[in-house]
Amino acid sequence: MSENTASLYDQLGGEAAVNAAVDIFYRKVLSDHRINRFFDNTDIEKQAAKQKSFLTMAFGGPNNYTGTDMRQAHEHLVKKLGLDDSHFDAVMEDLTDTLLELNVPQNLIDQVAAIAESTRNDVLNR
Amino acid sequence: MSTIQLDEHKVDCQHGESVLDALLREDIDIPHACREGVCQSCMMRSLDGAPPAAAQKGLKDVLKHQNHFLACLCYPETDLKVSLDSPEDFYTEASVIGKKLLNPETLLLTLHCQQPLDFYAGQFVNLKRDDGLTRSYSIANNRIHSQTLIFHIRRLSGGRFSEWAHRELNIGDKLHVSDPQGFCYYLPNHPEQNLLLIGTGSGLAPLAGIISEALHHSHGGEIHLFHGSRELDGLYWIEEMQQLTQQYSNFHYTACLSQGDAPEGFASGRANDLAMRTLQNLKGWRVYLCGHPDMVNQSKRQAYLQGANLQDIYADAFHVASSTLA
Repeated sequence: MSENTASLYDQLGGEAAVNAAVDIFYRKVLSDHRINRFFDNTDIEKQAAKQKSFLTMAFGGPNNYTGTDMRQAHEHLVKKLGLDDSHFDAVMEDLTDTLLELNVPQNLIDQVAAIAESTRNDVLNR
Repeated sequence: MSTIQLDEHKVDCQHGESVLDALLREDIDIPHACREGVCQSCMMRSLDGAPPAAAQKGLKDVLKHQNHFLACLCYPETDLKVSLDSPEDFYTEASVIGKKLLNPETLLLTLHCQQPLDFYAGQFVNLKRDDGLTRSYSIANNRIHSQTLIFHIRRLSGGRFSEWAHRELNIGDKLHVSDPQGFCYYLPNHPEQNLLLIGTGSGLAPLAGIISEALHHSHGGEIHLFHGSRELDGLYWIEEMQQLTQQYSNFHYTACLSQGDAPEGFASGRANDLAMRTLQNLKGWRVYLCGHPDMVNQSKRQAYLQGANLQDIYADAFHVASSTLA
């Protein structure tokens, strides 16, 4: 499909779109009672930077994502605080809501969700 | 091509190569992670004046102001001398010219420095005793008085420096004062921006400096100060702050007591809770938080959730040096 060669990242609007999304997404996550306890001991500035890396990746943007980082970062949450599929689902929901709020077309939301979904096993250390 | 100088290293930076890549290529150990300007772990400081603006993307304005930049985003056009260190610990000598109690536990200490200090209201310095014992204290006055520094020194039980300052330090005694440090300070670059300042205990010190600096610059936005303590004994400068509210219609002051019933003129509750309840929408506000680390962390998060931009939240958590270190 030659008329549709723009990357997902460009179609979404690149870095400006990531910034807009982080702003909404991270506030949603921190206010989400199902999952916000996992962030109780984090430095919110460092965490916001991580959220931006994650969303850049999910938006198909430049990244050097490795499953290993994701595993290490979540290992203690899985082992000590019982992080499981229900919490991952909650994050996915917050992400989808964020994109809906930004009026992102459904076909792009589906692509972002698919990339984010691909991290599930790494996040849950399986 | 340009030359990057870091300490004793001199590295050629090729056209199209970032400062980070050039330094790493020469096996110089530079903290880094994302290489795309997000994680900010490769932040360094230019000693040659302003770095390329593109390399300062996303940094707090106070960091930009002090010529910090991200090595992974920096493609220099000219030679550049850089540093990974925070401002070097240069000390100047100062003598005690004032000492009085603000409340039973807080000492107002005034020092006169031999050299004028180029500080910004809200920054802190290290105070060093002759035997080397050193503690960090916030400057409580504005930068108009560059040779006079005011500190609020809270007496901590078992605190070696604070006990000594309260009991033994006298007018005329000498202390060593480091170069000013820290990024929780006022810049007059957005005079229309509303300011929220929350402090507990001697966290009022940097906030008072920031307020006086902002008012001196005819800051036009609203300025709200919430100062809290458990009991009335822990507050101070109440009349001074009330007087400022008379003088400046955009300055608002709430004295908060978290324990027991508050007497008339005081608010009952914790300073950060009261502030967040009073000012529900912090979108576009600049927020300064000083005092107990728990208060600072909670308020950072709450201010962000209530709309403040993370880059507009300035915090100075007062970590107490362990009294168990003999």
